[in-house]
Amino acid sequence: MTAGGAPLLVAERLTRHFGALTAVNGVSLDIAPRERRAIIGPNGAGKTTLFNLITGSLAPSAGRILFDGKPITGLPPHVVARRGLSRSFQRTNLFPKLTVLENLRLAAAADGRGSYSLLGGIARLPGPLLRAREAAEAVGLTDRLQEQASRLSYGEQRQLEVGVALATSPKLLLLDEPTAGMSPEETLRMTRMLEGLPREVTLLIIEHDMDVVSSLADRVTVLHYGEVLSEGSFQEVKADPRVYEVYLGSG
Amino acid sequence: MIARLAAFLVLLAAAAAFPLFAGKYPVTLLQEILIWGVFAMSLDLLMGYAGMVSFGHSAFFGVGGYVAALALTAYPGTLSALALPPLAAGLAALVIGFFSIRVSGVYFIMLTLAFSQMFYAVAFQAAWLGAEDGIVGVPRASVVGINLAQPMSFHLYLVALVALGALFLWRVVRSPFGHVLQGIHENESRMQAVGYAVNRYKLLAFVIAGMLAGVAGALYTQLVGSITPDAFLWTTSGEALLMVIIGGTGTLGGAVLGAGAFILLQSLVSSYTERWMLILGLTFILLVLFAPGGIVGALRGRVGLRA
Ligand SMILES: Nc1ncnc2c1ncn2[C@@H]1O[C@H](COP(=O)(O)OP(=O)(O)O)[C@@H](O)[C@H]1O
Ligand SMILES: [Mg+2]
Repeated sequence: MTAGGAPLLVAERLTRHFGALTAVNGVSLDIAPRERRAIIGPNGAGKTTLFNLITGSLAPSAGRILFDGKPITGLPPHVVARRGLSRSFQRTNLFPKLTVLENLRLAAAADGRGSYSLLGGIARLPGPLLRAREAAEAVGLTDRLQEQASRLSYGEQRQLEVGVALATSPKLLLLDEPTAGMSPEETLRMTRMLEGLPREVTLLIIEHDMDVVSSLADRVTVLHYGEVLSEGSFQEVKADPRVYEVYLGSG
Repeated sequence: MIARLAAFLVLLAAAAAFPLFAGKYPVTLLQEILIWGVFAMSLDLLMGYAGMVSFGHSAFFGVGGYVAALALTAYPGTLSALALPPLAAGLAALVIGFFSIRVSGVYFIMLTLAFSQMFYAVAFQAAWLGAEDGIVGVPRASVVGINLAQPMSFHLYLVALVALGALFLWRVVRSPFGHVLQGIHENESRMQAVGYAVNRYKLLAFVIAGMLAGVAGALYTQLVGSITPDAFLWTTSGEALLMVIIGGTGTLGGAVLGAGAFILLQSLVSSYTERWMLILGLTFILLVLFAPGGIVGALRGRVGLRA
């Protein structure tokens, strides 16, 4: 284990079958508090499925998950989210007709307090609005608060995708290919943005861009056919001949 | 905002003063429109805001109507007129909602429809509910010290309740809760992913809508002095659905306009021809084709009215 005591997230031999296919096969992970971990691997390696298992979107066929020392295996997604575990999606998954601010505010208000208020005004809940603005600032959308999400450019929508996950003030942020489909400039901007996130937010990020991985991640886990192929610092993983083979093999 | 409130108050005053200028038949028509307006607005909370298309909303209209009929016959008074019908309808909505919100889309439509038809079957057969004749001769009680046997008192009472219902819903859709409903409508799975217990919000919306539908049902019983199993029939749900769509979903005000258009058309056409359903059907098709946003959508397009 890295310094800092007990891990924030522990996955023990997580497995998920889809019929005959085993998308995730006995994956174990330890993520330390404040760690920034990248998950890499070819398409279809099971990275997104692993996120679905951790966040409760899918039930594991076997294995268990501990967050902050407590089991969260089998809990529904909203309960997992309330424990402080928030995710962004590989395919942009926003509230398209709502404004940027309203997207973020809804996410920030998801702790439940006040969200059952039938007669109060939105402005009477200053906490979520404040957190929404902070999230907008963090993902660089402060100038676009009143724009409808569907009218944002693709790159901005990806920024908002991360912002919505961030607005819940998570302890662990899981980002599923935040730079997917972005231009090199947009990717660079997103990388700077992610580097600028407070260290208290532990980061688990699925990423294909090796520049992003090398500049962001403390450690890297390589998935291949649903199994952990290699794990270590970026340099260690890069030097692993098995990883080299997989990436050469998949072009 | 101020202009909207002013418009609301002017309309309210006009509705309240209507019997001073108009005869008995137009007044009854207005009262029907207002009652159906509340009913349609309560459905719009589900359809237009939460994205839950219910085809069983008649269940709560009927429960409100029947409970009002039973209670007012036994104990004519405030409790029977105002409190028991929405409570009973809310309870029915809690039970039906508990099962129905677990599914969505077509399955939700079918489940709510099936529940409301169960209520119809019970009302149609139960002797203590008057079976197919329903409950007749329901008295207009004295409510909060006002004798509703007086036509003008009843009219003002009805207008006041409808206005309160409209104001309540207007607040609700703008409250934090209302925004959560819109979020669920837009993207239910993302709402779950950020931490909302989505089903609880849906159930609460269902119960609120059910209670208001119960208020509408109770007002209807008091207006006509009777209630029949037809209140539960799927056509009651279907008509409210049409009113919401005609007026423009997700606007609240549209539901009342839709109720007005529907009921006026019905009374106008049915006095000339028996085939009024045909005319209504054609009108509806034309509206959906040429004004898919309903009356409110068309007004916004033409007059530039803002959301
Ligand atoms: N819901 C599902 N049902 C069936 N198969 C699935 C499902 N989700 C993922 N898979 C399969 O599991 C494998 C891993 O997918 P995924 O986790 O999306 O990979 P990655 O994110 O690493 O590209 C793929 O073969 C994919 O087709
Ligand atoms: Mg993926």
